[in-house]
Amino acid sequence: MTRSLVSVPGTARRGDIVDVRAMIAHPMETGYRMGPNGVAIPRRIITRFVCTYGGEEVFAAAFFPAVSANPFVSFSLVATESGTVGFAWTDDEGQTETASAEIVVS
Amino acid sequence: MRRPAHGLIVLALLAGAPAAADGIAAGERRSGSDFMAPETQAMQADDTSNPGMLWVVQGAGLWEQGAGASGLSCAGCHGAAADSMRGVAARYPALDAASGKPVDLTGRINQCRTVRQGASALVRESNELLALTTFVAHQSRGMPISPPSDPGLDAYRAAGRELFTTRMGQLDLSCANCHDDNWRGRLAGSAVTQAHPTGYPLYRLEWQGVGSLQRRMRNCMIGVRAEPFAAGSDAFIALELYLMQRAAGMAIETPGVRP
Repeated sequence: MTRSLVSVPGTARRGDIVDVRAMIAHPMETGYRMGPNGVAIPRRIITRFVCTYGGEEVFAAAFFPAVSANPFVSFSLVATESGTVGFAWTDDEGQTETASAEIVVS
Repeated sequence: MRRPAHGLIVLALLAGAPAAADGIAAGERRSGSDFMAPETQAMQADDTSNPGMLWVVQGAGLWEQGAGASGLSCAGCHGAAADSMRGVAARYPALDAASGKPVDLTGRINQCRTVRQGASALVRESNELLALTTFVAHQSRGMPISPPSDPGLDAYRAAGRELFTTRMGQLDLSCANCHDDNWRGRLAGSAVTQAHPTGYPLYRLEWQGVGSLQRRMRNCMIGVRAEPFAAGSDAFIALELYLMQRAAGMAIETPGVRP
């Protein structure tokens, strides 16, 4: 079960700069650690985070092994129109987890 | 070979605040969050930045999910947690009528799973059990810790106090040596704090995850180089009983964030 938390203001005025936050539960295993049995724990990290607004990519980030577990991203957007803010996290195995939130711009 | 480091550590710990006779005066009690940097406090205060909320979200999902032979979910009996679980965590550990022994919130959840749902018990410190416990405890956020006055708990609470004040491990330190007598101090740069279990289960940045009070106590016991009690053991629950009594009236913060 994926656990993610995204925060986008429900309403905004056109032209407002709004705060967007996104957090996902993920071990972000670096691949540099050894388990108790001396066997290396395989790397498992999210490598790419993308935010879309009205279907258009507006923010993206590349993650590396130094990023902590349960990565948290915060950035701002200019509210231009009502629509869906979508979030997608893709890990090294190519699996993508998504979340979304609606914003109403008046 | 002589090992002077041992004596030095104890001296460093004892320097500073005068020793309190028993516990901390009511007016001087401070939650662990009070000792944190403003940035960490802000992280805890805002649900959109508190990583412990990820476990609350998972717990909310598990609450609605059927489990075991009965196929019953928590919600099937208890309904909406916001009503039925409000204030519950503030009263735990509580006396379990069947066994006559105290049971902590995690133990009660597992008991419900095995007895009522007919499911297998979840492993302590597993994500699922932590998520359920965090979700239930979260319903009491802001409420004062109110330990039950059940006389059947007195003996266990006294045992917990005994454990709290008993020196243990190679460093020969009791919980009280640091958390009653030297809570104003710092240990290797970190605040010692008063050991009030206000935010559990909580997100520790060092753990990069949510952990239970027992995990935290296990850390402390390893720190003084004592052999930790077993997870879910009577000794840990007795300690938790005493700690909750010691913190009676303080507000629950679950999910807390700690460095």
